[in-house]
Amino acid sequence: MFEDQEIVTIERSELISRAQKISKEGYRLVQIGCTKQSDHFQIDYTFDKEYRFYNLRLSIPLDHPTLPSISHLIMPAFLYENEMHDLFGIQVSDMILDYQGKFYNIAKKAPFATISAADTTTEKG
Amino acid sequence: MAKRTIVPFGPQHPVLPEPIHLDLVLEDEMVVDVLPSVGFIHRGLELLCQKKSFQDMVFVAERICGICSFIHGVGYCQGIEKVMNLDIPKRAQFLRVFWGELSRVHSHLLWLGLAADAIGFESLFMHSWRVREKVLAIFEETTGGRVIFGAAKVGGVRIDISQDKLDQLAIALDEIQKEYEPLAKVFLEDYTVQHRWSEVGYLSKEDAHQLGAVGPTARASGLPQDMRKLRYGAYEDLEVEPIVETAGDCYARCVVRVKEIYQSLDLMRRVIHKIPAGEIETKVTGFPQGEYFSRVEQPRGEVVYYVKGNGTKFLDRFRVRTPTFANIPPLLQMLKGCTLADVPAIVLSIDPCISCTER
Repeated sequence: MFEDQEIVTIERSELISRAQKISKEGYRLVQIGCTKQSDHFQIDYTFDKEYRFYNLRLSIPLDHPTLPSISHLIMPAFLYENEMHDLFGIQVSDMILDYQGKFYNIAKKAPFATISAADTTTEKG
Repeated sequence: MAKRTIVPFGPQHPVLPEPIHLDLVLEDEMVVDVLPSVGFIHRGLELLCQKKSFQDMVFVAERICGICSFIHGVGYCQGIEKVMNLDIPKRAQFLRVFWGELSRVHSHLLWLGLAADAIGFESLFMHSWRVREKVLAIFEETTGGRVIFGAAKVGGVRIDISQDKLDQLAIALDEIQKEYEPLAKVFLEDYTVQHRWSEVGYLSKEDAHQLGAVGPTARASGLPQDMRKLRYGAYEDLEVEPIVETAGDCYARCVVRVKEIYQSLDLMRRVIHKIPAGEIETKVTGFPQGEYFSRVEQPRGEVVYYVKGNGTKFLDRFRVRTPTFANIPPLLQMLKGCTLADVPAIVLSIDPCISCTER
C-alpha cells in the first residue's frame, strides 16, 4: 500500500504564513529538501500529522537563490536550511542558528548546485 | 548567574563510534545550552544517483548505514517501485518484512549492548551481543552476508528462503527469544539500570512532536508514531501497534527498544506463518519517470527517501532524511538542564547513527 501524498505549490512570498498556519494546525516538520532542476531549484517542505503527508513546494531561481528561514516558527528547520546552504548554495535569511557555511565540512562549495543529471547523463534510456 | 564554560563533547568520545560534536555550555555542572556540529565525514551519496543507474543505486542506499542497511535498500526500492507502478509479489514483500524486522532486532540488541557498556555493566553488554550474534548468523544463513547483504532489488528481492529453512528459522527465533528473556528482564527490572537512566534526558510529548522526534525517541515520550502504520509492503497484512512509553526519559527509550525486540520476533513468526508461495520479483522494464517520498520505519525511526526520475536510467534526485538527523533537535532539548555526567547517556539514548546522518 502506498500513502496518499498531497503536494501544494506555493509562492516564496507565502512561505512564512503557510508554515505558521500548518505549524498551528499541529503538523510536524518531516524534512526540507532541495532539488536542482534545469532552470530552478525546487524546495520541498514536508509535514506530517497522524500519518497525513503534506508537502509545500516552491521554486526559486538558480541565480542568487534566496529563501526566508522558517526556523523561528519551526525550530528543527535550521538544520535543513543550513544543509541547503552548504550543498546547494541557497542563502537562507534569519536562521536561528547560522553555521555560515560550516555545517558540512566539505571541500567544494555548494557541490550539489554545480552538477545536474543533464550535465552528467551520457547514457539515456 | 554562575560563570559559563564551554566544554567540547566529541567528535571522539567513548559513546560515539562515529563523529558528532557538541559544544556544551555549562553553568557549574549543569548544561544550559548546546550547539551541535555534524558534517565531519559527509559522503555526498545522494549525488551518486546522477552517475549510477537507478538499479545500481540500491547498493548505494544499502551502504548509507552498516546497521540498518537492508531497510535503507527497501525504502529506496519502494520509492522507485511506486514511481514505476510496479506490482511487487506478496512473497517478496513478506521476505522484506522478515529481513527488516531481523535488522531491527539486530540494531536494538547492538544498542542495548552499547548502552549496558556505557553504564559499566559489561556482562550485560557481552550477553546482548552474544544474542545478536545469533541474529547475524540468520542473516548469513539466508543471504550469505552478515551486515550488508544485498537482498533488496527494485521489483522484489534477490534471494528466496525455502519452506524448510523457514521452519528451521521459526525454531531459531524461539531460541533467540529464550536467550533474550533473561537479558530483557535485567534491562526492565535491574535497579542499577533504572537508577542510571530514570529521570535523565527528559523529553515531553509536546516537545517530541514539535521538535520532530522519530522512532523510539518519539514513542518513549508518548507519541504513538510508527511508519509501519502506513501499512507499506506486507505490513498491510501484519497489523503493528506502536510500542509506547510515557516517561520520556532515557530509561523509557530503553524500555521501548526492549519491547520492540519482542514485537519484531513476533512479526517474523507471523511472516513465517503467513508467507504465500510464488515469485520473489517482478520484471522491471523502462525507466522511472515521476517522484515519490517513500517513508519507512528504521530501528531508529522514520526515514524518508525522495526519488525523482526523469525517464532515463539516472535519477534527477535521491534525497534521504535519516532518523538521527531528525532526532538532533530533540537531543538538544533533552540535554538542557542535565548535568555534564549525564550527557553521554543522553546522547546514546537516541541511538545516534552518524553514518546515516552523513549519507
